[in-house]
Amino acid sequence: MRWGVVQFPGSCDERDALRACELSDGEARLVWHEERDLDDVDAVVVPGGFSYGDYLRAGAIARFSPAMGAVAEFAAAGGPVLGICNGFQVLCEAGLLPGALLVNESMRFTCRQLELQVAALSPQEGGQSSNLPDERLSIPAKHGEGRYWAPEETLDALEANGQVAFHYAPGQNPNGSARDIAGVRNEAGNVLGLMPHPEHAVDPMTGSTDGLKVFEAVAGARA
Amino acid sequence: MSAPAAFSPHRELGLTDAEFELICEQLGREPNGVELAMFSLLWSEHCAYKHSRKLLRRLPTEGERVVMGPGENAGAVDIGGGWAVAFKVESHNHPSAVEPFEGAATGVGGILRDVFALGARPIAILDSLRFGELDSLRSRHLLDGAVRGIGHYGNSIGVPTVGGEIYFEAPYEHNCLVNAMCVGLAKRDEMVRAAAAGVGNAIVLMGASTGRDGIGGASVLASAELGEGDEAKRPTVQIGDPFEESKLLECCLELLAKGLLVSLQDLGAAGLTSSASEMAAAGGVGVDIDVARVPLREADMEPFEIMVSESQERMLAVVEPAKVGEVIAVCEKWQTGAAEIGAVADHGLVRVLRGDEVAGEMPVAALVDGCPLYDLEPAEPEGWIYGNRATLSPGADAGETLLALLAAPSVASKRWVFEQYDSIVGSRTARRPETADAAVLAIPEAETAIAVSIDGNGRRVACNPYAGTVEAVLECAQNLACAGAEPLGLTNCLNFGNPEKPAPAWQLDRSVQGLADACEALGVPVVGGNVSLYNEGPEGPIYPTPVVGMVGELPDPEATAPSSFVAEGDAIALLGPFEPGLEGSELTKQRGELGPGLPQPDVAAVAAACEAVREAVRAGVLACAHDVSDGGLACALAECAIGAGLGCQVDLQHLRERGCSPEEALFGEGAGGFVLSGTREQLEALAGEGVEVLYLGKVGGGAIEIAAGDRSLSLDLADAERAWRSLPEQIETPN
Repeated sequence: MRWGVVQFPGSCDERDALRACELSDGEARLVWHEERDLDDVDAVVVPGGFSYGDYLRAGAIARFSPAMGAVAEFAAAGGPVLGICNGFQVLCEAGLLPGALLVNESMRFTCRQLELQVAALSPQEGGQSSNLPDERLSIPAKHGEGRYWAPEETLDALEANGQVAFHYAPGQNPNGSARDIAGVRNEAGNVLGLMPHPEHAVDPMTGSTDGLKVFEAVAGARA
Repeated sequence: MSAPAAFSPHRELGLTDAEFELICEQLGREPNGVELAMFSLLWSEHCAYKHSRKLLRRLPTEGERVVMGPGENAGAVDIGGGWAVAFKVESHNHPSAVEPFEGAATGVGGILRDVFALGARPIAILDSLRFGELDSLRSRHLLDGAVRGIGHYGNSIGVPTVGGEIYFEAPYEHNCLVNAMCVGLAKRDEMVRAAAAGVGNAIVLMGASTGRDGIGGASVLASAELGEGDEAKRPTVQIGDPFEESKLLECCLELLAKGLLVSLQDLGAAGLTSSASEMAAAGGVGVDIDVARVPLREADMEPFEIMVSESQERMLAVVEPAKVGEVIAVCEKWQTGAAEIGAVADHGLVRVLRGDEVAGEMPVAALVDGCPLYDLEPAEPEGWIYGNRATLSPGADAGETLLALLAAPSVASKRWVFEQYDSIVGSRTARRPETADAAVLAIPEAETAIAVSIDGNGRRVACNPYAGTVEAVLECAQNLACAGAEPLGLTNCLNFGNPEKPAPAWQLDRSVQGLADACEALGVPVVGGNVSLYNEGPEGPIYPTPVVGMVGELPDPEATAPSSFVAEGDAIALLGPFEPGLEGSELTKQRGELGPGLPQPDVAAVAAACEAVREAVRAGVLACAHDVSDGGLACALAECAIGAGLGCQVDLQHLRERGCSPEEALFGEGAGGFVLSGTREQLEALAGEGVEVLYLGKVGGGAIEIAAGDRSLSLDLADAERAWRSLPEQIETPN
């Protein structure tokens, strides 16, 4: 399994993501934001950070980068894509995932360990959803713009289609996300985005290894 | 008479008449406007340390692990395997008092640049903050702005903020303190010094363009007292751009890894003036700077403005001429600016050119080392020069007193603050804030780990500047011991009032002596530091506040003991030469009874206790280790209990047999105490030569029960926790 981790100027968690890919039994390399060639990778991570400074709106500039053009083609061809935090924001801005991430209800950046409830399995076959176990994962979240929002009809449809991948466990929603949604996937099931950071839950030293399950599930979606 | 007395531009710029005459003497003529501006900045307290340099010579700076000491952008110590950690703490007090968000943000930006200027990748930030009491609107505004600013910069640049400390005391009401510490990791053979070398080499300015922001910012603001009308100084506060710095950081590290730079220096206070002059002085050479080649934000800037601008996110490099092209290509990759603005010369001058015109020409030695150094005129003040305000009701029983202490903003949980910081990016954070006494970072590259602590209780230093400063050093050493770490080096930021006044001068003198003696006794070298003077408001000086940052090494990050209890039934013991007293304590503050005086700690005995704890942590025999600090033993026990959700039953009889009153045993403060938990046999086995261990009781139950004669108390754990976690309400819905 060979992972590509996109690196924008202003990315912060790209080295953590590389390490997590390697710990989940893969190889990984950085994909510079000006690159357009993803032929040598089996799965892509769009990592956390503040791409291009994110002074406008999180992810609003990164979606126009050459690398994101390549990621869109990669996803359209069924390649597995995992967007974490800023990566989730970028995927939403790029239209690869539904919805948007707004400023936290508290209006403050929040960093804390929390529990994610893996949502009910999707009716779809072969997508990532069926590879994620139905359980709680202990994973940290850290962001200032992580309040998931979509129109009510879209939220209804996401739930009906099994596209909600993760909920914050009851009482642990750190940002005011609609319906406690922490992560969603696209209709085909190969693009997954979430605000919490599975790459920071891959080592017992830092408190949890539950994040590896997310990487393994994404790898499984390559099937 | 060369100038009419009514118009003395040098006085406006903060130079005395005698200093101005000395400048004329060294130049052999009167300085022109550009030169006067440059001299005034480099001869300011902030750059020249003219009131503190003589004192700082007392500090021990040598040690076998020292890689870089004072005088470099940051200090550095060896951690083996070809790696070093670089670290430094620096103040951004006055800018933060004027505009807390940008002041604190650029404080973080500045200390990061100091560290990556050595070729070290920043891996951790810690902050030491001081504000007035939380019931003041100003203090809440400054706290909120400073915390947002630190988070804004640190979070966006991907360096974790792993620790720090905050005190709320009335003397900081008008002059808050924002001290930021950065720790970086470097390959020893890729590190560079900030000395210009090689006549004919190019000088390249990298990073952001130069604007009018922050003209005279840090250097002017940091060299005078704050007063009415400071709002008008807002234009002198710099504006931070963490994205620009993120690119600049990666760019500089790539340039150093490729061996393309001869030397590197950040642009901080006094901008191009100080970085060019200091690089020239360190290398014993001269420099030519052509301001016409400096990329500007505004076209019509004057040479003096370009030379003194404190625009952020800029670095100055010395590059061999043949490598300039490659350097510029790397800068282009990172989309950061780069311009060749001058050259290293052999004339021993700082020459400021604008094209063919010479705008200023000064000997490097006069600029950098020519400023007179002043002797202080210290005098111990009579009595307590700060105020007192009683907040604790006189009839409070021991339980109510403990609740009041736990809810004191300086003691209470700082979760509201540290959750606003990314504490985990980089995957090194083995212990997150409030889970251990020190921050612990894994360094797998060198198969080791480091622990970092930052401390300095200004109130206790005010009671006795010498003993209080010794305590600050010991507190750091104790925090490291709880992590199982052995100290490698120390950095400091000396925050004091106006050194030209006798009382702050006395505080500074005694404090530096305490710092020197404690470091000497512990064998910990001082590898760098910063001085922030003139911290005064309309009501007088701040508490004298030496902030000490200490870095230690430990073999196994996972062996670090947590700072809370672990299991029901574990034994609880007090280890160390703890002699609690009420002088300078949180309790005495709340009673409004503060006054001068503090006992002298026994440094050798505390060092022996630290060693015993460190070895026990490394051997894995301790379930929990937490040092006794603010609020005394009762607060330390409560913190251990709340963190675990487990109560405790203890009896302070043994401590009272040492001669403590019940109140001193419960709430007295002092150096040298550790609360430990584990098996009783293993805890008691830690007693040895010069190390005393007192058995206190057991972990368990749903209450904190402490027997202390007529001041015995029993508090429901939930009530204690509610008090300790009350900071958000005190900040967001005060009164």
